[in-house]
Amino acid sequence: MTLVRAAAATAAARTVPGAGPPRRPFRPALRTVPLEALMDFADEAPKLLMLLYGLLAFAVVVGGLLLLLDVIPSWFARRREAALLAASTATTPGAPARSTTPADDAGGVPPPRRRRSVVNRREGGLALFFLLPTLLLLTVGLVIPAIRTVVLSFMDGRSENWVGLRNYTWMFAQDEIFRVLTNTLIWVIVVPLVATSVGLVYAVLVDRARFEAAAKALIFMPMAISFVGASIIWRFVYAYRSGEYEQIGLLNQIWVLFGGEPQQWLQNPPLNTFLLIVIMIWIQAGFAMVVLSAAIKAIPADVVEAARLDGVNPWQMFWRITLPSIRPALIVVVVAISIATLKVFDIVRTTTNGNYETGVIANEMYNQAFRFGQTGQGSALAVFLFVLVIPIVIYQIRNLRRQREV
Amino acid sequence: MTTTTSPATATAPARPATPSTPAARVRKRLNSPAATIASILIAVLWTVPTFGLFISSLRPEDDIKTTGWWTVFGNPRFTLENYQEVLFGRSASSGQLASYFVNSLVITIPSVLFPLAFAALAAYALAWINFRGRDWVYIGVFALQIVPLQMALVPLLSFFSEGVSLGGVTLLPAWNLSDEEKFIQVWFAHTCFALPFAVFLLHNFVSQLPKDLMEAARVDGASHPKIFRSIVLPLIVPALAAFAIFQFLWVWNDLLVALIFAGGGNEVAPLTVRLAELAGTRGSEWQRLTSGAFVSIVVPLIVFLSLQRYFVRGLLAGGVKG
Repeated sequence: MTLVRAAAATAAARTVPGAGPPRRPFRPALRTVPLEALMDFADEAPKLLMLLYGLLAFAVVVGGLLLLLDVIPSWFARRREAALLAASTATTPGAPARSTTPADDAGGVPPPRRRRSVVNRREGGLALFFLLPTLLLLTVGLVIPAIRTVVLSFMDGRSENWVGLRNYTWMFAQDEIFRVLTNTLIWVIVVPLVATSVGLVYAVLVDRARFEAAAKALIFMPMAISFVGASIIWRFVYAYRSGEYEQIGLLNQIWVLFGGEPQQWLQNPPLNTFLLIVIMIWIQAGFAMVVLSAAIKAIPADVVEAARLDGVNPWQMFWRITLPSIRPALIVVVVAISIATLKVFDIVRTTTNGNYETGVIANEMYNQAFRFGQTGQGSALAVFLFVLVIPIVIYQIRNLRRQREV
Repeated sequence: MTTTTSPATATAPARPATPSTPAARVRKRLNSPAATIASILIAVLWTVPTFGLFISSLRPEDDIKTTGWWTVFGNPRFTLENYQEVLFGRSASSGQLASYFVNSLVITIPSVLFPLAFAALAAYALAWINFRGRDWVYIGVFALQIVPLQMALVPLLSFFSEGVSLGGVTLLPAWNLSDEEKFIQVWFAHTCFALPFAVFLLHNFVSQLPKDLMEAARVDGASHPKIFRSIVLPLIVPALAAFAIFQFLWVWNDLLVALIFAGGGNEVAPLTVRLAELAGTRGSEWQRLTSGAFVSIVVPLIVFLSLQRYFVRGLLAGGVKG
């Protein structure tokens, strides 16, 4: 086990310097800048300088930390040694009384004691230095702001007066915001369900097929594309031109082929929400497929063999063997996609910006807090988002615990 | 755990001829043509939108705007002009994406390095250094994963722009960053938001290192920093790579954090912000949107395809980033 891991690690270490290739393509792009743009390139210098500062800061912080960590233990060790020395000189007067030689006492007995203490000693000070940057950043960047957001959600738009629960009642009272909440609900139900199903079906279909790796890469690729890029890709599919012209959007072209009138797909509620959901499914199905495919391959062969000897047909095999075996992975996938879907922001913003009744919580939160200056209402939406995540996570934890018991 | 699964995995490669996973059997028995057609259908459905965008980005403006990209097969006309225009065009309406491309790079590189280093240190401490309250710290960091970053945006922004004051007493002054200096607050935000997941993922790997190895090193007199540098770091390179790819894709593709902390100007804003802006204000300028989208896609795609192995391993080890 150790050997395998080490071998994998060294193999990885060998290939990681190959991380260079991704950088190669864009250097030429910078170098082949047309002449007129060379002047613009001067504008980029301060940015690159900032990058240099950033990297320098990184080197100083991390290097300094490691150096500090090296110095502190040796300082502690020296102090401990001094203390030990003092202790041993203090006890030596009594040593001759015993029959054992002082040399034996100093060299033979203490080492085992020290050995045990080296491994089990509590090393709080040292650990603190290892943890310091992480804990500091998490406190300043996440914990305190999150608490502050909760506080702000009980205050008005300019964070001056307390308004009690008004921001929360506002959410459910306003029709538009209620629409946002129901849209979010539709997203959270549809996306995990469809994305997981597609991923599972595809994983089963291409398992052990001839071009498995390539086939998987095709579905998996959207995961590398930004939500913004994906939204543009799909906006192009949904593009609209009025009936007398040739269509440029694929969906309208197909629609016209079947005799329909070209539609402004993204402006027709409630269909447009589902068309946005398609984008999210398109992105997430690859993730589901990869995780489930790995789970399928991990099903023990003897289980399959036994089932086959019992003469099950493929359907039974799927429902009785495959599905129950990959249940844990299935839950992980559904939970992960649900949480990602709850927080979806980029897709809605890039395609419709929440217009035409397509808004979702994360998008509305951004609009309220950063466009309309309604900090209180924005914060309340953020807190509500957090509250929605909690039951999903509790479900996940309970599942993990049940698995561990089994 | 290992004892129950290892025989299965050991026997599986021994008989490669017979399909030994149930899925393969399902596929084999579900009269194969139907399965093949279904899988091809899904693959096509998943690829065609990207393909259409790519083809379009290479067509002349007039063609994109008047005919569907599928007509290109009857009438192939290609040009690189769109890319030229969207990257280096001088007019305000063109993308000027070259500048934003640099911004994306400047944002991404430190935003990957900082959490990587800090989380590696923290993961080691949480796994192998003995101190009181260790479990509680780990649970705390773990739990922070579920806090949506929306919870932190408003106060963090005011922290940068107004500083911290408690009861009229200024505890921390405003950062007052301008222009390029705003990169710092973007790095800061990305680093903070990445840490819980980073610690969780790396801890999963670090804590699985063999205990004997650690104790042997301790007994031989190696200090924790020494063990961390010369034993742990080399061994967790795959995990580091997995997280680095995650974080790279996350930061490069992020819109929300950049919108709030970088602003919209071409000094700091990354590609995604600019693209979203183009999509909003010039939604029918398809010659720019298609090529622009591809400029933003190409780097993560290369990273992803060349390092897919690590990415998948990371996915399987840690779930997804929250």
